[in-house]
Amino acid sequence: MDIAVEVDRAVVLLDRFPALAELDLTLPTGSVSLVQGPNGAGKTTLLRLLAGLATLDSGSARVLGFDVATQRRQVRASVGMLSPDAMLYEDLSILENLTFWAALGRHETDSVDAALERVGMTSVADQSVRSLSTGQRRRAALAAVAVRRPRLWLLDEPHAGLDQAGRTIVDDLVSDAIRAGATVIVASHELDRVRPLATHVLTVAGGVVHRAEVVNSGSGVANA
Amino acid sequence: MREVWAVAGKDLRIEMRSKVVASQVLPFAVIVLVLFGLALDADRGTLRSFTPGLFWVTVLFVAILTIQRSVSIETASSAFEALRLSGTAGWKIFAGKALAVAAQLLAIEAVMLLGVVVLYRSSFEDPVLVVTAALAATMAIATAGSLYGVLAVGMGVRDTILPMLLLPILAPVLVAATRAFDDGLSTAAVNGWAWCSLLACFALLYAIVGGVAYAVVLEDA
Repeated sequence: MDIAVEVDRAVVLLDRFPALAELDLTLPTGSVSLVQGPNGAGKTTLLRLLAGLATLDSGSARVLGFDVATQRRQVRASVGMLSPDAMLYEDLSILENLTFWAALGRHETDSVDAALERVGMTSVADQSVRSLSTGQRRRAALAAVAVRRPRLWLLDEPHAGLDQAGRTIVDDLVSDAIRAGATVIVASHELDRVRPLATHVLTVAGGVVHRAEVVNSGSGVANA
Repeated sequence: MREVWAVAGKDLRIEMRSKVVASQVLPFAVIVLVLFGLALDADRGTLRSFTPGLFWVTVLFVAILTIQRSVSIETASSAFEALRLSGTAGWKIFAGKALAVAAQLLAIEAVMLLGVVVLYRSSFEDPVLVVTAALAATMAIATAGSLYGVLAVGMGVRDTILPMLLLPILAPVLVAATRAFDDGLSTAAVNGWAWCSLLACFALLYAIVGGVAYAVVLEDA
C-alpha cells in the first residue's frame, strides 16, 4: 500500500496556540478522507500543513514522499488546495486566471479547457471574476485547482456556497481525481454529503485526530 | 522564463483592465511636476537646473504608489498564498513582478520627460544617456521596490511603512540618476556615463538580492 500522507507528532503553533498538538496521521494513496470536527479543531491547519503552507514547529510530515519542512516547493507543486478565499484575480476573466495558474504550473492549455468544462463554466469563461456570483467564484476556484492536476487534493469546505448542481460537480471532481490515482482530503461540516464519498473519516478535535475510521474500502467514487 | 512572463503579463493585463496606474498615478506625477514648476517658476534658471532632481524625486513618489498597487493586486485576492502554492521559484515571481513595475514606471517617465520639456523648457543634450540612465534607475527602483513591497506585507503593518523602508534604500539611486540626468540635460558638468554605470550596478545588486531574498520574504506575506 502506497502512503500519500504520513504525519508524526506534528505540532503547529499559531501565535503560540497549538493549532495542531502532536497530531498523527497516515493515509494511503487513492483514499478519500473526510476531516470532521468543530470550529477551531485544527482541520484547516491540517490541510495547510499538508499543502506546505503552515510551518511545522515539531514532529514530521511527509506528503507524496516529500518532507513538508525541507521540500516545500515539491510538496506545493504536487498538491491543489481549495481554501475559503477564492484566490482569483478580480480584474481578470476566469479563462485568464486559469491560463495564468496553468502557466505557473507548466501545464498545457488543454488542462484549462478541460477544467472549465468540468465545472460547467465554458460559456462564461471570458467573464471577469468581479462579475461572478459567490457560487460561480467557488466553481472557478475549483477549476483553478483542477487545472493543476494535483496528486493530492485538499478541499476546505468545498460545498460551501454552491447550489445543487455545483455540489454534484464537486463530488464528480473528487471521483475523477480518485480515478486518476490522486488522493483527496475534504474538511467539511457537510457530513452527509461527503461521507458517501469517503474511504476514511477523521475526527479532529483540539489539534489531534481523535478517531480515524476506515468507513468504505471502495473507490471513493460518487454514486450519481 | 515562462513563469516570469506569465507573472509580468498578468500584472500588466490587470493594469490594462483596472487602469489604476494610468488614471491615478500618472495624473499624480503630472500634478507634482506642475506644482514644482509653479513653486519655482519665478526663477526659470533655477527651475531648469533643478529639473533632474525634481524629475527623480517625482519618480520615487510615483514608484511608491506603483509598487503599492503591485502588492495590492496580490493581497486583495489572497493571491500571495496561491503564488506560494504554485511551487514556482521565488526569483521567477520576483522577476515578473519587478518587470511589470518597471514597464509601468517607464511609461510614466516617458510622459514626465515630455512634461519637463514642455513645462520646464528642458532639452536633451544626450538623449542616449537620458534613456540609458532612466532604464538603469527604473530597474533599480523596480527590483528594490518589489522586494520591499512584499516585505512590508509580511511585517503585518500598514502600507504607509513602505516609503519609510524604501526611500533610504533608493537614496543612492536618486543621487546617481540625478547626476546622470544633469549631464544628459546639460544642467551641470558631470560625467553622466560614470553615474549611469553606478546605476547599472545598483540595478544588478538589487536584482540579485531580490532574487535570492524574495522566496524567503514571500513566505511571510
